[in-house]
Amino acid sequence: MTITIAIVHTLEVRWVSNNGVRFQIQTSRLRSPSILSSYLKMSNETMDVPKTGFSFDLCRRNDMLAKKGLKSPSYLKTGTTIVGLIFENGVILGADTRATEGPIVADKNCEKIHYMAPNIYCCGAGTAADTEAVTDNISSQLKLHRYHTGRESRVVTALTLLKSHLFRYQGHVSAALVLGGVDVTGPHLHTIYPHGSTDTLPFATMGSGSLAAMAIFESEYREGLTRDEGVNLVTKAICSGIFNDLGSGSNVDVCVIEKGKKEYLRNHLTPNPRTYVSSRGYTFSKKAEVLLTKITPLKELVDVVQVGGDAMEE
Amino acid sequence: MVVESHETDGEFAGGGLGHTSRSPIVTPVFTDMVSSQTESGLLSSEGESQRTQYPYVTGTSVIGIKYKDGILMAADMGGSYGSTIRYKSVERLKQVGKHSLLGASGEISDFQEILRYLDELILHDNMWDDGNSLGPKEVHNYLTRMMYNRRNKFDPLWNSLVLGGVKNGHKYLGSVSMIGVHFEDNHVATGFGNHLARPILREEWKEDLSFEEGVKLLEKCMRNLLYRDRSAVNKLQIAKITEDGLTISQPYSLKTFWNFGAFQNPTVGAEGSCC
Repeated sequence: MTITIAIVHTLEVRWVSNNGVRFQIQTSRLRSPSILSSYLKMSNETMDVPKTGFSFDLCRRNDMLAKKGLKSPSYLKTGTTIVGLIFENGVILGADTRATEGPIVADKNCEKIHYMAPNIYCCGAGTAADTEAVTDNISSQLKLHRYHTGRESRVVTALTLLKSHLFRYQGHVSAALVLGGVDVTGPHLHTIYPHGSTDTLPFATMGSGSLAAMAIFESEYREGLTRDEGVNLVTKAICSGIFNDLGSGSNVDVCVIEKGKKEYLRNHLTPNPRTYVSSRGYTFSKKAEVLLTKITPLKELVDVVQVGGDAMEE
Repeated sequence: MVVESHETDGEFAGGGLGHTSRSPIVTPVFTDMVSSQTESGLLSSEGESQRTQYPYVTGTSVIGIKYKDGILMAADMGGSYGSTIRYKSVERLKQVGKHSLLGASGEISDFQEILRYLDELILHDNMWDDGNSLGPKEVHNYLTRMMYNRRNKFDPLWNSLVLGGVKNGHKYLGSVSMIGVHFEDNHVATGFGNHLARPILREEWKEDLSFEEGVKLLEKCMRNLLYRDRSAVNKLQIAKITEDGLTISQPYSLKTFWNFGAFQNPTVGAEGSCC
């Protein structure tokens, strides 16, 4: 298992292990051959897993388990409002920051605008793990492609990679994306649905708050908006989603992409601050009295020996 | 909210045309014309049975707002039969008595039934001949009781109603859904209007709008619905009710804009990669 083989196999094994051990690993970074071999042993489908296409074996296992009464683990869903629009010089993307797990808000301030390339960003709605994994995966593929071609990535490249990935998984990867960027051919904005269909649009919204945001866009969008008008319109649409949809909330993230530069405005607007904050701060309970302090460095007790060249990574 | 989506959302097995995917409990056993009364008798004799209904000819959203002099309401004139737009001249805004205006979305035949009940109500009220007349608040209450009681019998009138009116200077705008949920507000909408029109109304409605401003606001919402609701048609009526009386406009259509650059050439830069 030399290192060169490990690199070639990294992407493939990532794919397999995402497939085979879906709930446990969301994003995997496999580099060490020893970890590689242990995963190969864990997924006993390596022998007959098809090189392309989705292996539905585990779906049958999950159905059987569900019939026996096992509750499938609930997944973190980002009931969301994500939007994008094209303005005179480029693309503006916007998103809310609430991640829900059923009726509970799991993350009050998560990031839904994902990096794909220096000139391409992607907002994701649906299952958080799916959007994260799919955008990370395609982002790495784009980087390798950039090294290979020596050119800036194009938005249609990202679009084709994403749509083929999602189509291959037949809608089981529940990721609805708004992809936007500026490349040599100009500004582009696309929406990608979980089953793999795409649209090219001047303005787009996705997620549970998409109707509320679309109401704002349909009534107020026009071509040739300036940067400030565009940012204001995007903020207004996200706020409409935040205040009219229960699955969206907290703050507004905005990302402006123009030719040659981009601006990631994290928490551009925070319309939901904590109302009552104690001015005293948090007072800890009465401290226990310290009688004696003795520090023993562990190196004296345990001998750390390096075996071979394979130190534990991470 | 959950029930609202049944009406105008095309998802629900396309109206009456495809209910094979539904639970088979309600499929009528007899093929000849059985009135709903005997049908319930037959089914209830089989033990506990849930009676559901499927709306067949449906109207889409109605939007109502309060303005300076009274109430403004807008509704388009489409009647959809499942996923086809079958009727294009359905009047979904009707006068009720001297002081009220009723708009309905959902099953058209149930709306016509409701109008009959209201007709009888107003008739009896007039027969008292005592100078009093039922105002919008009273009619709203009557409708609520009627809808809720029908729902309790598992035989709902499949409508979402918007009732507005002015009596003695007092403006009233309320809504009743098919399960009897009722409330009063400055702006109401039914069906898809809840998702597409109410966000706009929440932003832009203010106290004491003039007539022109009110109409402009309603048209903005109706245009939105026209773009994004598949069962909407571009033929609408706007009704106005004030202390002086009621006027329902002639049907007219809205201007729409389809010439965005991205629509003309979606594959610029990568011809052939059409989505």
